[in-house]
Amino acid sequence: MSSNKKYWKSVEELNETSSIVETHSQKEFVEEIPTDEFLGNKETLETSTTSRRDFLKYVGFSTAAASLAACEGPVMKSIPYVVQPERIVPGVANYYATTMADGFDFSSVLVKTREGRPIKIEQNTMGTTGANARVHASVLSLYDNKRLQRPLANGEVTSWEQFDREVKEKLNNVDGEIVLLTQTFASPSTAKLINEFSEKFGNVRHVVYDTVSEDHMLDAFENRYGRRALPSYEFSTAEVIVSIGADFLGDWAGGGHDAGYAKGRIPENGKMSRHVQFESNFSLTGANADRRITLTLSQQKAAIAALHGYVTGGASTSNLPAHIDDALIKAARQLREAGSKAVVVTGIPDVEAQSLALSINEALGSTVMNTATPRMLRQGSTAAVRQLVADMQAGQVGAILIAGVNPVYSLPFADEFVEGLAKVDLKVTFSMKNDETALLSNYVAATPHYLESWGDVEFTTQKFGLMQPTIRPLFDTSQFQDVLLRWTDKNISYADYLKQTWEGSMGSSSWVDALHDGVFEGTSPVSAQVGADQVTSASTSFDESAAVRNLSAAQGEGLELELYTSVAMGAGNQANNPWLQELPDPITRASWDNYLKISRADAEALGLENEHVSNGALNGNYVNLKVGDTVLEKVPVFIQPGQARGVVSLALGYGKREGIQREMQVGVNAYPLYKDFRAHQNVIIEKAAGVHEFACLQLHTTLMGRNDIIKETTLEIFNTKDVHVWNEMPQVSLNHVETPVTSPDVDLWDGFDRSVGHHFKMSIDLNACTGCGACVIACHAENNVPVVGKEEVRKYRDMHWLRIDRYYSSEETFEQDVEKKENMSGLGDSLSQFGEMEMASDNPQVVFQPMLCQHCNHAPCETVCPVAATMHGRQGQNQMIYNRCVGTRYCANNCPYKVRRFNWFLYNKNEEFDYNMNNDLGRMVLNPDVTVRSRGVMEKCSFCIQRTQKTILDAKREGRAIEDGEFQTACSAACDKGAIVFGDVNDEASKIAALSEDERMYHALEYIGTKPNVMYQTKVRNTSEA
Amino acid sequence: MKKVKYRHSAARIVFFSVSLFFSFNTLLLAQEPDDSPLSEDEADRQETVQGPQESNVEAEVSGGDEAAGKELFNTLCAACHKLDGNSIGPPLRGVGDRRETEWLHSWIKNSQALIAEGDEQAVAIYNEYNQVAMPPFPQLSDSDIDNILAYVNAPKAVPQEKQPGAEAAGAGAQGGGGISTDILLGILAFVLLMLLVILYLVNKTLRRFAAASGVELPVKEKRGKPIWKSFVENQFLVIVTSVVLVLVGSYFAYGWMMQVGVDQGYQPIQPIHFSHRIHAGDNQIECKFCHSSARVSKTSGIPSLNVCMNCHKSISEVAEGTATEEYSKEFYDGEIAKLYDAVGWDVSQQAYTGETEPVKWIRIHNLPDFAYFNHSQHVEVGGIACQTCHGPVQEMEIMYQNAPLTMGWCISCHRETNVRTAGNEYYEKVHEELSRKYEVEELTVAQMGGIECAKCHY
Repeated sequence: MSSNKKYWKSVEELNETSSIVETHSQKEFVEEIPTDEFLGNKETLETSTTSRRDFLKYVGFSTAAASLAACEGPVMKSIPYVVQPERIVPGVANYYATTMADGFDFSSVLVKTREGRPIKIEQNTMGTTGANARVHASVLSLYDNKRLQRPLANGEVTSWEQFDREVKEKLNNVDGEIVLLTQTFASPSTAKLINEFSEKFGNVRHVVYDTVSEDHMLDAFENRYGRRALPSYEFSTAEVIVSIGADFLGDWAGGGHDAGYAKGRIPENGKMSRHVQFESNFSLTGANADRRITLTLSQQKAAIAALHGYVTGGASTSNLPAHIDDALIKAARQLREAGSKAVVVTGIPDVEAQSLALSINEALGSTVMNTATPRMLRQGSTAAVRQLVADMQAGQVGAILIAGVNPVYSLPFADEFVEGLAKVDLKVTFSMKNDETALLSNYVAATPHYLESWGDVEFTTQKFGLMQPTIRPLFDTSQFQDVLLRWTDKNISYADYLKQTWEGSMGSSSWVDALHDGVFEGTSPVSAQVGADQVTSASTSFDESAAVRNLSAAQGEGLELELYTSVAMGAGNQANNPWLQELPDPITRASWDNYLKISRADAEALGLENEHVSNGALNGNYVNLKVGDTVLEKVPVFIQPGQARGVVSLALGYGKREGIQREMQVGVNAYPLYKDFRAHQNVIIEKAAGVHEFACLQLHTTLMGRNDIIKETTLEIFNTKDVHVWNEMPQVSLNHVETPVTSPDVDLWDGFDRSVGHHFKMSIDLNACTGCGACVIACHAENNVPVVGKEEVRKYRDMHWLRIDRYYSSEETFEQDVEKKENMSGLGDSLSQFGEMEMASDNPQVVFQPMLCQHCNHAPCETVCPVAATMHGRQGQNQMIYNRCVGTRYCANNCPYKVRRFNWFLYNKNEEFDYNMNNDLGRMVLNPDVTVRSRGVMEKCSFCIQRTQKTILDAKREGRAIEDGEFQTACSAACDKGAIVFGDVNDEASKIAALSEDERMYHALEYIGTKPNVMYQTKVRNTSEA
Repeated sequence: MKKVKYRHSAARIVFFSVSLFFSFNTLLLAQEPDDSPLSEDEADRQETVQGPQESNVEAEVSGGDEAAGKELFNTLCAACHKLDGNSIGPPLRGVGDRRETEWLHSWIKNSQALIAEGDEQAVAIYNEYNQVAMPPFPQLSDSDIDNILAYVNAPKAVPQEKQPGAEAAGAGAQGGGGISTDILLGILAFVLLMLLVILYLVNKTLRRFAAASGVELPVKEKRGKPIWKSFVENQFLVIVTSVVLVLVGSYFAYGWMMQVGVDQGYQPIQPIHFSHRIHAGDNQIECKFCHSSARVSKTSGIPSLNVCMNCHKSISEVAEGTATEEYSKEFYDGEIAKLYDAVGWDVSQQAYTGETEPVKWIRIHNLPDFAYFNHSQHVEVGGIACQTCHGPVQEMEIMYQNAPLTMGWCISCHRETNVRTAGNEYYEKVHEELSRKYEVEELTVAQMGGIECAKCHY
C-alpha cells in the first residue's frame, strides 16, 4: 500500500489557507535574489548587442580556436653567438679553478660552466680545504634574485661614476677617522691595497670582523707564537684525537678538517684513529666519535684543565664527576701513548683554555698540529670591533666602509652599532644584498659574487688560492677591491693588481699555472694580517698554573646555552639559498629552521614537549630565552637525544629579515645572545605560548637493533674475529638447509650475464662518511632536484634523491641494541621492550647512512610498474623514464629503501613554489643535460647516468679505454672524504672491484634478495680504551 | 610561418600536372625566336667582342690572353680582390688605366719590397687598405701577369638582356607564352560555358515541343522498397558495417594522433634566406666546416656569425650563375647584406662597426626536452653522414626537417645500424665479449645497449 504521508516543511503548512504558504509556493527563493545588484545597470544591459546566443558562439569559437592553435607546435628560436668565444662550444662544459672566500667559508673549487654560466661546484682535488655543503650550494647564490643589481646612493639607483665621484669627494673632506670594517679576506693583495688606501687618505683604520668569532683561539695562538693565525691540523696523521667541545668536522677554526679526519678513520692494517669527544651540544663531530662524553659548558673548562694535568703529569685528580674524570684519564693515557700522533683540540671560547690546548699539544710533541705554516682564514678581532663601536658612539668616526659583513644583523650589540652609525657622516656598504646594514647606509656598493670576482686567498702561510671570474658580472656590480683601486686613483683593474702583487712570489708556479690549478705554494708578498697591531693584547705571558686554576674553578650556574653554526647555514651568509634551507641538519634532520636543542631531562623539568601530530610531522613548544638583559622570544624547542643535561644550544645564522625572500625568512636570530662574542652563555628559559611546526625528514630515530640496515662492529672484533661474526651473510632455508641469500639457488629470478661491458656499482664507507651533506647538495645541483618548501617537507614530500639517514642507538651502543633485541622472548617482552627501543638513549651512538636508489639487480620497483617506466639497464642502473611514467606510485610503495620521490606538484614556473626554479635567474643553474621533471611523475637517483654516458662518449671519441676513477657520480665527486666510491666493477683493476670484495662490504637489507648495486662498508668503531 | 607537408598531396599532383602541361605549351611558343642559350665560353667571347674599342686595343698591346687571365685571377686574386667593389684589397677592374703596367708587375711580384723601397703609390695603397700586406707572387711570369691584367682591364660586360635586340626578342617570347596561357584558359572556359547553356536550351526547347505535340515522356516508376530501408532492417549487415566503420575510423584516428608533434617537412621561413644548396651543394662546403661543434658536442651548433664572415668578408655578392629562376642575384645579395647588418660589417669601410644584432633563427629540429641526443656520438664516433638524418641538405634551397624524429625512427635505425668498432680501443673488450655472446661479427647499436630507455631519457 502506497503511503499517503505528507511532509511539512513548517507548521504553517497545516493551515491550508495560509497566505505565507501561498506566496512561498510560487517563489523559488524565499528572498528575492539581488540580480540587479550584480547585473548592474539595466539600461546598459538592454542596449547591449551581445545576446546569450552570441555569447555561446564566442565561447564555442574561442575554444575551437584555442584547441586548433594548440595543435601547432610552438616556434622555437635559436640564437647563435655573433662572435663565438674561442673556448666555448655550445653543449660542452668548461671547468675553471677558483676559490670561494666569503669570510666564513674558504675553499678551493672547480666550477663547471655551460655556455658561459656556472652550473655546479666540484671539488678541487689539488686544494687543501675541501668544499662543504655550503660551498657546493654557493653557485645558486650567484643566481639569487634578491641580489643588488646596481649601486645605490641614499636608497636611489645611481651610476658608478657618480657613486665614485660623490664618495671620493666625501672621503677627501671627511671629518674624523675613516674606518674599513671588513670580513676576513685572507688576501695578501687586498691587504696591500688597503695599506695603499690608508696611505692615500691617512687616518684610516682597518677593523676585521668575523661574524662568528675565533678570537680566543687567535689570541691564544698570537700570545704563544706571535702571529695572529690559527694552527693547521692534519687529522689524517692522527692516531688519537681528543676534542673538548670542538666541532672540528663542522666550522671550527675555519672548517675543512673533515677530509683529513676521514682518511684516518678507515681501518687499514688493523689500525684506525681513536676519537674521543667531550661535548655539550650534539655536534656532527660528536656523532662521529668513537666515544662521546656529555658534559656541561663549565665542565668543559674544568676538563681541559684536568686533561692538561693528566697529560703533563701535573695533576692526578679533578673535581669533575667520576665518569668524566675516568674518561679523561683514559684519554690522557691514550694521548701519551700516541705521543706525536696525538692531538687535543678545543672549542671553548676562552683564551686560557685555548692556550692550554696548545700547551698539551706541545707537551705531546704533536705533529698533527702545525704552527709553522698556520691557517690565515680568520683574522677578526673582537676588541677592535668593540673599540670601533665605542669610537663611533663618541662621534670620532667620519666615514665607515663596511665590506662583506652585516653588523646590524650579526653584532651582539647591534643596537649600539646602529646608534654609533647614526653619528657617522659617510656610511658605505659593500654588499650583495640590500641587507640590514645596507639599509642604514648612505651608499651601497653592489658587489659581485665570488664567481664573478678576482682574488687571492692565503689558506696557510704557505698555501694560496686564486679566485677568478667564471662568468661576466650578471649585474652592474663592482668588487670592493676595484672600487678601492678607483678611489686611490690607480688606473688599474684588480686582476692586473693581483698579477703585480704576485710577481715573483709564486714559488715554482707561473701565473697561468696558478690560475689553471686555482692553488699554488709560495710566500706572501705582503702580510695579510691587518689590524693586529692595533689591539693591545690582554695577556702577554701565559701563566699555565693560573689558567689551570681559573678553568678548574669554572662553575656553571643554572642552564647554559651554546651557540653553534649549523651545517646548512653556517654564519648565515647564504640564508637566501633554498638548497641550503632545505638541507636537513645531519643530527636533528630538521630543515628550514633553527631551534633550541635541549636534553629530554631538561625538557621534562621545564614542561616542554615535542609531539608527533596525526600526519606524522613534529610539533614543539616555544620558549623565551633570556641572556643577561636580552630576551629572544618564541624559540622553538627540539628535544635532542645526546644533548648534555643543563645545556641548551641554538644555531646562529638564521632569522635574517632583509634582502631575503619571504619563504626564506625562517628561524630566529641568535646573534643578540652572542654576548662578548662567546658561544657559551648562561641562559634563563621560560615556556612561551604556541606550538611550532617543524619540517623534519626523519622522525624515526633509532635502529631498533636491525643490523641488516647498518652493520657495525668494533676495531677489536674486526681485527680478531672471523668475518662471519661481524658481517654475517643472511641465510634462508632451502629444503631445510641454510643457504646464503645471495646463492642463485634461492633466487626466484633468472640471472643476467653482467660481466660484459660496464657494470656500475657504488660503495659507501660508513667509517669515512661524516654526514656533512656535501653530496646531498651536489646531487641537487647536478640533477635539477627541486626545492619543495617547508610545508611540503613537513609532509615528507621532499625530493632529495640522496638523503643521509641518521640512526641513534637506544642503548648506550648499537651492540647493546642488538643484544637486547636478540634476548627478547615472548610477547610480553617484545611489547614492552620494542617500545623502549624506539626511544633513543640519553647519549646514543650515531651512525650516518647515505641512502639513495640502490639500483637493485632484482629491483622490486621494476616488476610492479604497469607502464614499464622503470627498468634495468645492462650497466646496472635502475632506469627511471619520466616520459613514460603515469604516476601510479606502485614503485615507491614497493621500494624497500624508500628512495623514490614523487612530484606531487609542478615545482618549476609555479608561484606556489617560489624558489630558484620559479625565476629566470634561478633557472640558470639548471643542468641542461638533465630533464626538469613535471608534475605527476616519479623520480629518483639515476646513478648520474648523464655523467657516465659522457665519460663513455669522451672515451669513444678519443678511441681509448676508460681508466679507473673516470666514472664519477655527483655525490662521489663531491665526497672529499672518499666515503663514496663509484666505478665499473667489471674493470678488475678498479678500486670499486676491490671494495666489492672487501670483508667489510654488505648490502642494505640483503636478506630480501634485491641484489643492490650500492654497497656499504661496515662501520668499525675504535672502542679500545687503552 | 610556412608549414609544408612533405608528402605530395593529390591537389599538388594535379596542380603540378596542369602547370606542366601549360609550361610545355610555353616552351613550344618560346622555341620560335632564335634565342639559343650561349655557352659560357661563347658568352665570354661575346663580352670581349662587344666591349668598347680602347680596351680591345690595350689588350692587344699587352698581348694578354683574357681566358687564361680569368683562370689565374679566380685562383690567385679573387680571395681578396673583386673586379668591382671593395674587398680586402681594392677593386681591380680597369686597374691598367689607373696604374702603369710596369709598376703593377713589380707590385704583384713583391708588394712588400715595393713598400719597403718607399714607393709613394705603394705606401699610399698599403695604408689605405688597413696595412694588410698582399702576398708576393714570384711564381707568376710576366705573361701571366699580362693575362691577368688583360682580364681585369676588360670593361664590365653589359648584361645580355639589356641589349635592345635581345631584350625585345626575349620579352616577346616571354610575354607571348604568358598571354597565350591565359587566353587559352579563358577560351576553354567560355566554350564550356557555352556548351552548357546550349545543352540546357536544347533540352528545354525539346520538352516544350514534346508538350506541344502531346508526346508523353516516360516517368520513372518508384520501386517497392528503398535500398537503405532494407539495409536498416538487416541487422547483421548493420553490425558488420558499424564494426568495419569503427575499425577504419580508429585506424585513421590513430594515424592522425600519431602524427601530432611530428613535424616532418617543417620548413619555416628564416630571417636570413640561407641556402644550403649554394653552400653545401654548389660550393661543396663540408657540413662540419661550419657546424663544427657536431664533432665534439651534443649540439651541431648553429654557426656563429663570425664563421660566416670568414668567407663573406670577401664574398659580398653572389656570382651571376648562382641566381635561379626563383631567386635573383639581387635577392641573394640582399640576404648577404642582412648578414652584414647582423654582424655589423661596413662594406664600404671594410671594417666592423661593433653594432651587432644576433640573428634569431627558427629552430627546425626540435627534440623534446626529455630526449637526449648527442651529435658527436653519431657523427664522430658512429661516422654517420649528416644526410642520413637531415636528408639531401645539399639540395635544399630552404632547409626543412627531413626525418620524422620519432622514437620509432631512432629505434629502428639503432636496430639496423652496426657500431663502428674498428680501430676504436674503447670497443675492443666489449666487442670481443659481445660478439662471442651473440655469435656475430658486427654488433648493432641495439646489441650494444643502444635501445635502453635511459640511454636517451634522463
